[in-house]
Amino acid sequence: MDMLRFATAGSVDDGKSTLIGRLLMDSKAIFEDQLEQVESTSKSKGFDYTDLSLFTDGLRSEREQGITIDVAYRYFATPRRKFIIADTPGHVQYTRNMVTGASTSDMGLVLVDARNGLTEQSRRHAVLLSLLRVPHITLAVNKMDLVDFSEDVFRKIQEEFVAFSSKLEINDLEIIPISALQGDNVVTRSENMPWYEGPSLMYHLENVQIAADRDLRDVRFPVQYVIRPHSDEFHDYRGYAGQVAGGILKKGDEVIVQPSGMTTRIAGIDRFDQEIDEAFPPMSVTVRLEDDVDVSRGDMITRVNNQAEATQDLDALVTWMTTTPLKPKQKLKIKHTTNVVRAVTKEIQYQLDVNSLHRNQEAEELKLNEIGRVKFRTTQPLMLDAYERNRVTGSFVIIDEATGNTVGAGTIV
Amino acid sequence: MTTHQDYRLSHLDELEAESIHIFREVAAEFEKPVIMFSGGKDSIVMLRLAQKAFYPAKVPFPVLQVDTGYDFPEVLATRDRWVEALGSQLIVASVEDAIRDGVVTDDGKTSRNRLQIGTLLNAIDENGFTAAFGGGRRDEEKARAKERVYSHRDEFGQWDPKNQRPELWSLYNGQLHEGEHMRVFPLSNWTELDIWHYIRSEQIEIPSIYFSHRRRVFERDGMLLSESEYNPLREGEVVDERTVRFRTAGDLTLTGCVESEADTLDAIIDEISIAKLTERGATRGDDKFSEAAMEDRKKLGYF
Repeated sequence: MDMLRFATAGSVDDGKSTLIGRLLMDSKAIFEDQLEQVESTSKSKGFDYTDLSLFTDGLRSEREQGITIDVAYRYFATPRRKFIIADTPGHVQYTRNMVTGASTSDMGLVLVDARNGLTEQSRRHAVLLSLLRVPHITLAVNKMDLVDFSEDVFRKIQEEFVAFSSKLEINDLEIIPISALQGDNVVTRSENMPWYEGPSLMYHLENVQIAADRDLRDVRFPVQYVIRPHSDEFHDYRGYAGQVAGGILKKGDEVIVQPSGMTTRIAGIDRFDQEIDEAFPPMSVTVRLEDDVDVSRGDMITRVNNQAEATQDLDALVTWMTTTPLKPKQKLKIKHTTNVVRAVTKEIQYQLDVNSLHRNQEAEELKLNEIGRVKFRTTQPLMLDAYERNRVTGSFVIIDEATGNTVGAGTIV
Repeated sequence: MTTHQDYRLSHLDELEAESIHIFREVAAEFEKPVIMFSGGKDSIVMLRLAQKAFYPAKVPFPVLQVDTGYDFPEVLATRDRWVEALGSQLIVASVEDAIRDGVVTDDGKTSRNRLQIGTLLNAIDENGFTAAFGGGRRDEEKARAKERVYSHRDEFGQWDPKNQRPELWSLYNGQLHEGEHMRVFPLSNWTELDIWHYIRSEQIEIPSIYFSHRRRVFERDGMLLSESEYNPLREGEVVDERTVRFRTAGDLTLTGCVESEADTLDAIIDEISIAKLTERGATRGDDKFSEAAMEDRKKLGYF
């Protein structure tokens, strides 16, 4: 059994909570005591139906205000796969939440209301998922029961979305007509839509091919922690622990340690008390090297002929996540793989309008929830790849020096 | 020829890799981390993952248990064997001592579970811990579903659910100010069933109370509680012996058991797979005080 992570996106009344509630219910991830609690709360609020969104709105203030504040993670499993849903709220702190949820996702699930068709928000969702290089996109056209399960309505939305998405970096797109409320095409194929020949949503989630999404070409091993036991039994043991970010590491391979540039060979790869022949993403392993070279946290092990770019100049798309705007000459901290370095904003090149994809080159700052292309200079070199090539070595977060808060996310262009 | 399909991890291997990454990040970036240990199955899986993360070196932090004074003896025995195997230091913060020293107040109405909060915060403060690993999982409870892997706590140990740091990719932000600390949850993405599958595949020793056994029990508030000197019977309550097991290992005055014949890991997994109640809904009195009981405790500094 493998694991699929997906982020949901959709605007306020498109039935996202209902869909998640249904996926959880139908895969038995909701238990009787949770259902009873939700039923009794629904009743006390005077609803004549069970409000499935109460499953997902976990906090007191969310229930009081009837809104979703922050990304929440939900879990369910079928015999084929384990699923992690990053449930991102539709309207508050919109971009920031979507970007957070999408950063770890294999798939983006965008909901639209069949009655309204594609809205500006649906387009924004698609743009963001494409910027975050989420490898698979599923558009679920919901509330088909409210348009008499009309094929014409569905085809029109489908054509419009395909035309729009051709301008984006979307490699794999599936479009499914559903009714989350009644369960049409959610788990089983709907008899109400005999004209639809594609998979149900659950079938698609279970079967979408994610094996090829990880980078197995470029060896990238950010050193996280040096293991030196100093015990009698392992007196001379020196291992470099980390999580493989790309490529396949094998015993005997010639490697280079960046940024120092020293070359050596892999003497062995340990996974707990077992030596293994090869390591690939996202395995957490410990690598031993043949030569006693100086390697520490923040270094990266790669191949001589396929190195990451070691540079102090970052050129990135940045999503800004706090109320104080990002400005030129601002001092910050950047966390990239296992490095935390100080940095300064050199230049804001443009602010990107996520509706029209227009690049506003007049922009002098980035405000909360805005995306823009920014150049930074760091105090020490970082080992980078373009985000489209590797989501681990191509991404970073921005930390405010004074508050310690995470204030931005960046992807290397 | 090998294909991409050969380079996929199973979901358990992927969860393990992610948790080990988190353990190593904390060891590298925090001055003084500690593993909180409750004695339950999740804490034990945490110890196993920590052991794997640093092998062949020892786990580079101590183990902290907040002892309610009402812990199951079977749980304490397992704790001691684990701590010895790890070669770690064990720190016990006792609720009993905290009451005696006036750190927390026992008004006779507050459960020991709530008194653990002050006891824990005091222990974190006294020892100067800057990061404390907890075994919390997001699938346990809806307030937990909102929790970050790195959960920032202010100088009062409080969690502010409305002001959490966004967590992107696997880039955890460990920045702290003086007096603040981080709660870290390496098992965030695991479910109860994942924990059991992992215990089975790793053959991890867990306390015997998780397996079906004969026990003297009585019924209170719809739950089956263990007979014990700490839990005086109330009027009308009768003790009888039944075949039971526990799904969680908490304060024995509040943690109920379920009637079960499941005496092996396979049988437990079969039973959990068709269970109709959550582990907490079925057997935890401490979550029944109000709909937001967990959220309210967490805001105060609970783990």
